Amino acid sequence: MNLSSPPSGMVENRPWLTFFSHAILVAGVLLVAFPLYITFVASTLTLEQILSVPMPLVPGDQFWNNYTQVITAGSQRGAAAPVGRMMLNSLVVALVVPLGKISISIISAFAIVYFKFPLRNFFFWMIFVTLMLPVEVRIIPTFKVAADLGILNSYAGLTLPLIASATATFLFRQFFMTIPDELAEAARIDGAGPMRFFVDVLLPLSKTSMAALFVIQFIYGWNQYLWPLLITTDESMYTTVIGIKRMITGGDALTEWHLVMATAMLALLPPALVVMLMQKWFVKGLVETEK
Amino acid sequence: MRFQALTATAFAIGLLGASSAQAQTEIQWWHSMTGALGDRVNDIANGFNASQKDYKVVPIFKGTYPESMTAAIAAFRAGNAPHILQVFEVGTATMMAAKGAIKPVYIMMKEAKEPFDPKNYLAAVAGYYTDSKGNMLSLPFNSSTPLFYVNKDAFKKAGLDPEKAPKTWAEFAVAAAKLKASGQECVYTTGWPSWVHIENFSAWHNLPIATKSNGFDGFDTEFKINSPHHVAHITMLADYVKKGWFTYSGRTNQGEARFFSGECAMLTSSSAAQGNIRKNAKFDFSVNFLPYNHTIEGAPQNSIIGGATLWVMSGKKADEYKGVTKFLSYVSTTPVQSAWHQGTGYVPITNAAFEATKQSGYYEKNPGTDMAIRQLNNKAPTANSKGLRFGNYVQGREVIEEEMEAVFAGKKDAKTALDQAVKRGNEILRKFEAANK
Amino acid sequence: MAAEKRVVFRSAWLPYLLVAPQIAITVIFFFWPAFQAAWYSFQLQDAFGLQTEFVGLRNFHELFGDPRYLESFKITAVFSILVSTIGISISLLLATMANRVIRGAMGYKTFLIWPYAVASAVAGVIFAFLFAPSVGIVTFALKQIGVHWNWVLRGDQAMILVVVASIWKQISYNFLFFLAGLQSIPKSLIEAAAIDGAGPIRRFWTVVFPLLTPTTFFLLVINIVYAFFDTFGVIDATTQGGPAGATNILVYKVYHDGVKSADLGGSSAQSVILMIIVIALTVVQFRFIERKVHY
Repeated sequence: MNLSSPPSGMVENRPWLTFFSHAILVAGVLLVAFPLYITFVASTLTLEQILSVPMPLVPGDQFWNNYTQVITAGSQRGAAAPVGRMMLNSLVVALVVPLGKISISIISAFAIVYFKFPLRNFFFWMIFVTLMLPVEVRIIPTFKVAADLGILNSYAGLTLPLIASATATFLFRQFFMTIPDELAEAARIDGAGPMRFFVDVLLPLSKTSMAALFVIQFIYGWNQYLWPLLITTDESMYTTVIGIKRMITGGDALTEWHLVMATAMLALLPPALVVMLMQKWFVKGLVETEK
Repeated sequence: MRFQALTATAFAIGLLGASSAQAQTEIQWWHSMTGALGDRVNDIANGFNASQKDYKVVPIFKGTYPESMTAAIAAFRAGNAPHILQVFEVGTATMMAAKGAIKPVYIMMKEAKEPFDPKNYLAAVAGYYTDSKGNMLSLPFNSSTPLFYVNKDAFKKAGLDPEKAPKTWAEFAVAAAKLKASGQECVYTTGWPSWVHIENFSAWHNLPIATKSNGFDGFDTEFKINSPHHVAHITMLADYVKKGWFTYSGRTNQGEARFFSGECAMLTSSSAAQGNIRKNAKFDFSVNFLPYNHTIEGAPQNSIIGGATLWVMSGKKADEYKGVTKFLSYVSTTPVQSAWHQGTGYVPITNAAFEATKQSGYYEKNPGTDMAIRQLNNKAPTANSKGLRFGNYVQGREVIEEEMEAVFAGKKDAKTALDQAVKRGNEILRKFEAANK
Repeated sequence: MAAEKRVVFRSAWLPYLLVAPQIAITVIFFFWPAFQAAWYSFQLQDAFGLQTEFVGLRNFHELFGDPRYLESFKITAVFSILVSTIGISISLLLATMANRVIRGAMGYKTFLIWPYAVASAVAGVIFAFLFAPSVGIVTFALKQIGVHWNWVLRGDQAMILVVVASIWKQISYNFLFFLAGLQSIPKSLIEAAAIDGAGPIRRFWTVVFPLLTPTTFFLLVINIVYAFFDTFGVIDATTQGGPAGATNILVYKVYHDGVKSADLGGSSAQSVILMIIVIALTVVQFRFIERKVHY
């Protein structure tokens, strides 16, 4: 993925085609950005302005009010927990999940690639099969397990069930397969044990894969929805994504769209910035993990 | 070794559980009250916590009614239920049937030797939550009933008398035609379609929703909502959709915002919407009884409530039940009830609170605020208008709403849809009956 | 697994210790719950789990006798076909264009990939706001051009809403893969076609697109999986399966029946069926995972 190399389409010069390409791309970028722009505008208006159809299309002057309110005090209706706290929770999840996944996956991939032991294939398939069980299809029993372990409303409950990952194990397995056998051979001749080899050779070589995986899994962790929705009953453990959903639940009150939209901005900015600023790792992670 | 550091991290992750310590006995109260209503809930809890030192009631917002009920069921199965759960009226039968999961309020009160007389509670409300022997199983908390709101300014603009809100659906049609002709884009919308147009339509016209006194007399009840009167009513609404007189706004209260923004000129929705309408509407409006079909004999009867009650969950410690008892008594006191009624638009649940509010002159000062209670007391309730008690009615109501949506979208005629609703609804009732022998 | 290392370490206990954390979590949070889901699917329980009755295959029998369950299959199929084909087409167009231009290519890319980072529930909330029946700005625009927009009632419009929101979120992913695919096409091939006198459009269809077939097929599988499961947040934040079940895709139905309607047996039976579908999809996907190293 290197865009500095000459694009393949430019075999001849066709100005109108180039113009057309730019036009399509600009249209694409605008279409993709439009929802974000409206979200931002709505987050700077009062509720009355939003409810007076059509809402203004330029930002209003409530930016400061709305954002300080949601960060420090939360919505007046729905979940009244401050979004600041929720963002902290989201951050914890978004950091612990990738770190946990990388840790347990890299060691299990190491075991599966570099050791021969009776149950190896069995374990490999066990891990692989988890790909087939999205949390949505086993949600209630999983909830019960979490409850039995007493980890509802805790960071452990928010993260532990999410850190088993077939994809990460796969990624490391594939990567280890590409590492020349000579390296392990040399290590063995030197009398280095397996852990030494793992720490001195494999870990340094895996840095880029780990970084790429980290970016992808950070987004995955930050954006978790159904699982936190079920296991957090305490507002102080809500994540930002849950906080938004809680704000739009109706009952007999009104949705405060201006605050919902401000919270939406806060929920999407951190992962969006991670994607844009760490683009190189992100793209690598995406292409290599494929989900 | 770095490897050890790595596993140490993995284990540390596992130990990240949150812990907390408290001196008072904590009582968890899961509720579904948002916005200003949520503030009132917090006021009540704070008031109680300030009134004594032994117990601390912690109100927790758990999402919409179905969501918090679901969460409580899941929590119960996991041995983690709250002490008090706010359950909406359609969940009543499910809660009643779950004998091992709940602690009936009257039993709890008896055990704690707390004075408790069901007669102090408003009959129209308490009847809904009382068993056949007159025992109250849960404590009524927030009760409302659907009312008919009219934008008087829009009426004036359409050349209608703003002081004469339509009383019957026939009058409604006349007004709707004029409103439409005056350029009113959305003439009428409704919140809670099944509650208003099936359940309350039935009670208001003294028609059964189901056999066995709307389920009060047994789980082997069957829906009756495909009667010719019901079919005629839904057909009429579908016709209004075609004429542009009725705009469907969804299954909850989305229609309310369209009314107070001025977009829709008429609205049927919960009496609890009054607070928001009063606060947001920039026009003059009136609060009225639901329109009725004057060709049906005996109409209007009385409407039935919606809203929720507080259920006490089973399996808690005696000391905790003591705290719950104290709290429920506190909730029923006249000052708390009067404040709740006046601050929210829900009807008062005790006779004393109603009298106190009346004597304070509140109803004269705030016209419309007594409409809900007057409509509930319009006539002595019959077997058809006491309320309803259906198992798994969260699903049942959804089925009805799905079928109504199909009619309004022009995909089915009312007869087919209501027949289907009865068939599907009965399947759900049978499943409930089978699972709760 | 076919591939083997020639050099391996030997230890009687170390490999077990290394796989232990992963296996422990997998067993506790995947296998045990999945096993329970399978077990529940043969039972009839009341909401609170106070009474349980073994009913054999009755839950499955009821499901396949339920026209709405079959309808949910159809809806899921329509939904995933729409999401994947439209999403893939738009992404392919954008990627082809981005691959053509020199100036600003990096910028376009940056501004096209960020929706990937938006949680599907958040995307749902945003689109629900844009398309809200009364306050939505898009609703207003549509009204100006004479489209009566009310997705709370009209199933086709509700479907459009969730499809649009789901595509919006997935464009970045497709785009990146197509771009990577396009950049790996040897320039000499395209030049050769140009020398033969093929115009840009013909070159695309005769040279470029065939070479992108593996990528396209891979994306098709990924997009179908995405539409099946990852769109849960979009649906839950917008239509919640309605109106009249018009957007009630299989995974939402599992959640809805199990969590919201507390019908554990019926929901678990659906889970089991869904698991079988996922296994089939995963087997297809697996072939591509094995292949992707050669990218």
